[in-house]
Amino acid sequence: MTSAPPARHTGPGAATGRPPWGLVVPAVLGLAFLVLPLAGLLVRAPWSTLPRRLAEPQVLEALRLSLVTATIATAVCLLLGVPLAWLLARMEFPGRRVVRALVTVPLVLPPVVGGVALLLVLGRRGLAGQWLESAFGVTLPFTTAGVVVAEAFVAMPFLVISVEGALRAADQRFEEAAATLGASRWTAFVRVTLPLIAPGVVAGAVLCWARALGEFGATITFAGNFPGTTRTMPLAVYLALETEPEAAIVLSLVLLAVSVAVLASLRDRWVSGP
Amino acid sequence: MLFGRLPRWAAGLVLVLGIAGCGSPQPAAHQGSAPASSGAAATEVTVFAAASLTGTFTELGKIFEAADAGTTVKFNFGSSATLAQQITQGAPADVFAAASPATMKTVTDAGLAGTPVTFVRNKLQIAVPAGNPAKVDDLRDLADPKVKVALCAEQVPCGAAAVKALAAAGLTVTPVTLEQDVKATLTKVELGEVDAALVYRTDVIASGGKVKGIEFPEADKAINDYPIATLSKAPAGDLARRFVDLVVSRQGKDVLAKAGFDTA
Repeated sequence: MTSAPPARHTGPGAATGRPPWGLVVPAVLGLAFLVLPLAGLLVRAPWSTLPRRLAEPQVLEALRLSLVTATIATAVCLLLGVPLAWLLARMEFPGRRVVRALVTVPLVLPPVVGGVALLLVLGRRGLAGQWLESAFGVTLPFTTAGVVVAEAFVAMPFLVISVEGALRAADQRFEEAAATLGASRWTAFVRVTLPLIAPGVVAGAVLCWARALGEFGATITFAGNFPGTTRTMPLAVYLALETEPEAAIVLSLVLLAVSVAVLASLRDRWVSGP
Repeated sequence: MLFGRLPRWAAGLVLVLGIAGCGSPQPAAHQGSAPASSGAAATEVTVFAAASLTGTFTELGKIFEAADAGTTVKFNFGSSATLAQQITQGAPADVFAAASPATMKTVTDAGLAGTPVTFVRNKLQIAVPAGNPAKVDDLRDLADPKVKVALCAEQVPCGAAAVKALAAAGLTVTPVTLEQDVKATLTKVELGEVDAALVYRTDVIASGGKVKGIEFPEADKAINDYPIATLSKAPAGDLARRFVDLVVSRQGKDVLAKAGFDTA
């Protein structure tokens, strides 16, 4: 870090005095709506058999696969998403609004649709997939790489939006100063811009990772479901629900605990910021 | 920070929707069956049916509605196991048609259904994509590691049947994927992503020529019985019984047989 980011609203924004009920009541309802279903998982969890169920090899296998694929997907998103965000925030080009809209489409698209789209392009008979197979002998569906592709597709918009927001909020005069001192655009980006927006990048990466960890629809559609290679935790939960609801609750708890732990430990530090 | 700049009206909308959602006494439950609880005769019957019955039951639903003007049949198609779970968790269904006795048992064990009757049987076939790229002729070819195979997960009826059939043939098949229902398995064949899959004969027929079905003798060892039952808490009890009557009637059997089900 060469310089601290410019301080945003530093003072305590909270006004003193009685908060208006018109805000407090719906806020509490909203909180209850979001938290109660999670509490339901805790209430119904089969605590007595929990340790035994957690130690089952299939559970550990699914968890390991989830953590590995979500992390690789986040790395892919960082590699491709940060430059994309920079392009959207710093460059003027025709159709930029359309591009920005397209980048955020996976955010609102049903993940299953995303999975179908991926299959049609990267599947064995897909437009690009056909060529991948004939030229390199690579097929993505039913492989761990396919899981990473599905997760990255769905999670990347979270990163791009966060980073683009950080870039727009960052003071461009630092970059201009670097340019007047002879730095190339690349050097300015790596040495000045990137450190400046680091909190935004980390925040985006955390959101991206959490989204990838929870990815279900695109994964099951595009990558399939096989223990050890493509069955991530959300898929294991879905399948467990078919026969053994208790096992599904246990798996859900694990996923919940991992997500909350990561979000809580990073959110205070990076997302809300000073 | 993502949503910090939402316009005010959007925030207001979210609040209003939230309050409306919390305010209604039974969100998402019994929406359609309100007339039943208010004393009048029900005009809507809700049928939970296995995904493999999608085509035939939709057709039977139309026949039912045509025979009795003013009634509507609402369907919830899905994996039998999922449907059984939904019913035991209190989903408002009148009729349950499952693809296996095991999934029906979940519901009858919970005391939620009348005595089920088997109304059709279904048999597995090997489904291969158009052109049969891997040259699959019989079940033995599926054991070839070069052949990409999709199976249903063992937790769902078509998967349980596949396991039985493969065991009867003494074969070990390593699939590339274990799909959550038979339609998803079939889709992987239709798209050519796998070289073969074990699905029901009815699904092959329903695909309308997009996949080719291959009979195999071991399928006789893994025949799936389809039970149907009215649910004891059925909000539209009378309509539920009439719908089941239609399914087991001559007319119902004709529709089912045409789709490839074994109605004998």
